[in-house]
Amino acid sequence: MSDKSTIPFGPQHPVLPEPIHLKLIVEDEKVVEAYPAFGFVHRGLELLVKKKDFNQMVYVVDHICGICSAMHGESYCQAVEKLIGIEVPDRAKYLRVIWAEIHRIHSHLLWFGLLADAFGFENLFMLAWRIREKIMDILEATSGNRVIISVNIVGGVRKDISEEQFKWLLDELNEVEKGLKEIEKIVRNNYTIKQRTVGIGVLSKEQAYMLGAVGPTLRGSGVSSDMRTLGYAAYKYLDFEPVIENEGDTYARTIVRVREMLQSIDLVRQAISKIPQGDLNIKVKPNLPEGEVIERVEQPRGEVFYYIKSLGGKSLDRLRIRTPTFANLAPLLSMLPGSTLADIPVLVLTIDPCISCTER
Amino acid sequence: MLDMFKNVMNNLTHKPATRKYPFEKREPFERARGHIENDIDKCILCGICQRVCPSNCIQVNRKEGTWKLEPFSCIICGVCVDSCPTKSLVMVKEYRPIAAEKYDVVQQKPPQASSDKEKKEGV
Repeated sequence: MSDKSTIPFGPQHPVLPEPIHLKLIVEDEKVVEAYPAFGFVHRGLELLVKKKDFNQMVYVVDHICGICSAMHGESYCQAVEKLIGIEVPDRAKYLRVIWAEIHRIHSHLLWFGLLADAFGFENLFMLAWRIREKIMDILEATSGNRVIISVNIVGGVRKDISEEQFKWLLDELNEVEKGLKEIEKIVRNNYTIKQRTVGIGVLSKEQAYMLGAVGPTLRGSGVSSDMRTLGYAAYKYLDFEPVIENEGDTYARTIVRVREMLQSIDLVRQAISKIPQGDLNIKVKPNLPEGEVIERVEQPRGEVFYYIKSLGGKSLDRLRIRTPTFANLAPLLSMLPGSTLADIPVLVLTIDPCISCTER
Repeated sequence: MLDMFKNVMNNLTHKPATRKYPFEKREPFERARGHIENDIDKCILCGICQRVCPSNCIQVNRKEGTWKLEPFSCIICGVCVDSCPTKSLVMVKEYRPIAAEKYDVVQQKPPQASSDKEKKEGV
């Protein structure tokens, strides 16, 4: 009899409330092979796009993911705007950046709390989520909802942020920054975090590139790749550099995300200082032209890829979304063999998986 | 090793970050999207809300003069409120209370008003 045994991870697992199933073949405590299984929450968006008006579809793509909903809406709207061939007003571009960056902080803080929870650091988990609550307040006060903010529409944005709100927002962000600085200090010095993350799940630069990793997973391995540098929305007017760490382990990816949160605060401040006055959106004709378009946007988890095809009329013909989690699964599967069973939750979380995103 | 010490001391000496929710409620934000309500007296049953709704939760029946909402399908995006021509649809800041069973909100247009309008249209 072989000394290998099979252990299932998920689809229901305490560290990850989302349904991914990993079949782990283990030898003693070491994982030898890992096979993923999907399809527990498939929602059939690709067919739905034919039935809904392209304007209604914005709210549907907003609901693809609870965490990066603003960016999904933004990517979809930018793709449709590219297809129609319109340029949205400058103020809308800046507002999109502000909301997207606030969303990024919220997503990274959520992820950071979950990571701390995965290795049993409850106190840090609570600390991260306490800071995140301020971000949620900002989102609710500016857009009306905590998570699914639904502010993007084809042609611009639906809501404006007033000067008073900007002032309040900046005050809140100062508080958030204080908290984030504290978190950064803890991450850089804490013994527990280092024991559970340094040298775990190492992904070399070549491997990360070859396996098609995106986002912080790729940047944690030292590859400078950030879709925001393409200059969509108002990013071309803002000054920033992609955050890179070279170690390629879970710790490096954690540091990348923590530094990205501080960078996002900086980007929000820059955007608020430069935002022009003007219209929020422009009217769009109810019929689409024929054509196909791709759009790439940097989400908190990495690059999202939108492909849309239109045959004319009110609805799109096809909508294909490649989410960052899907791209990061191959790197995850290459990290798993050789690690111990106790590290599996941390490793699965290190790519910041969003399974509902992946299975539209 | 003592990097969490400050946080622990703060937690000991400060108030809890949470509220005792059902007893102590915070005022909703000015823009909060709680739920939608329709002022049926102002409503002209034009059906624009039904057409723009992404989750198909509004049904407008002009013949019977009813405006029907399925509040548990509503995603509270507020697009109907934005596109309502008479501003009879409003976004209310408070959330709808939870319920054990799903229900529909059906509002009947007063028969007097609708028949008047039909008469006018007929003329």
